[in-house]
Amino acid sequence: MRDNDLRLDGNAAGGLLNEIFPFEMTAAEATCAGCAATSLIGELMLYQHGMGAVLRCADCDTALMRITHIRGSYRLDLSGMTYLRIASDIH
Amino acid sequence: MAQQLKWQLGTVVEIRQETPRAKSLILDLPDWTTHLAGQHVDVRLTAEDGYQAQRSYSIASPPEDRHLMLTVERIEGGEVSPYLTDGLRVGDRVELRGPVGGYFVWDAREGKHDGSPLFLAAGGSGVAPLMAMIRHRAHAGNKVPTRLLYSSRSYEEVIYREELERLSASDPTLRIIHTLTRRRPPDWAGYGRRVDRAMLADAAWPPAENPLAFTCGPTAFVEAVATHLEELGYEPGRIKTERFGPTGG
Repeated sequence: MRDNDLRLDGNAAGGLLNEIFPFEMTAAEATCAGCAATSLIGELMLYQHGMGAVLRCADCDTALMRITHIRGSYRLDLSGMTYLRIASDIH
Repeated sequence: MAQQLKWQLGTVVEIRQETPRAKSLILDLPDWTTHLAGQHVDVRLTAEDGYQAQRSYSIASPPEDRHLMLTVERIEGGEVSPYLTDGLRVGDRVELRGPVGGYFVWDAREGKHDGSPLFLAAGGSGVAPLMAMIRHRAHAGNKVPTRLLYSSRSYEEVIYREELERLSASDPTLRIIHTLTRRRPPDWAGYGRRVDRAMLADAAWPPAENPLAFTCGPTAFVEAVATHLEELGYEPGRIKTERFGPTGG
């Protein structure tokens, strides 16, 4: 199996993101710190692993969001994004 | 409106054998709010020792249905799908949360879509969320020109085959185009290969018609469809993708 076969769309992280944010997050817009592309969270590449997930830019592969859930805490590394816009009126 | 999804229990009210490897689970969910065609649910299984496994499954039923339909393909060695296809009986309960997703969705109601022709491309059980769109479109009486390009291994493995035939026979604005990649009936007149650029050039709407494309299936299938549609002139933002990984598990 090629590593690329493991990737999913950010769309599949909707349930996990909803554990943290009280909004529908797959339609939120994020700007990549690597290449400045703005895309919807649902369009990012998702790599899931035992403790969480990584969302990467579909254009340049920068990790926009790393999420882990360990010992009762969610830990978010958002250093790969410069901007996040969340619509508050959709659900 | 902010909303935190909660895990809830659904009761299996019917199990439908769709193909030799795929079953549809019809679930009754007392606490269900409505969904949009294309959305998914997260299904969680908990073992007696507390170990949990979780997978996302697209909703195949339209928002108009009272019950929720999930279509699950049995994956050999999968952690979740064999339990769902072989272990469940009518009356059993399944833990899930949803509906999830605001990106891979299509709403047939007046004013909720831009009237563009729809091009849907399904690989195997990736047809499920696209079927929700087709069923929803039929319920709403929506006549947006729609084509479904549907890749299956064989004729026997075409999920929802009869319903798709029935819907397209009574609706000239809906066209179903099959390709069978492994085995074909002797008199098969349709495509008999994996999706490629030439097939998409024939089957998909020309970019000049400003179509909206949704594609769902195994990662390699989805990436082939998206790449070829872009080469044919589709705007990347008009191609919505839903990869379900190598296995779907």
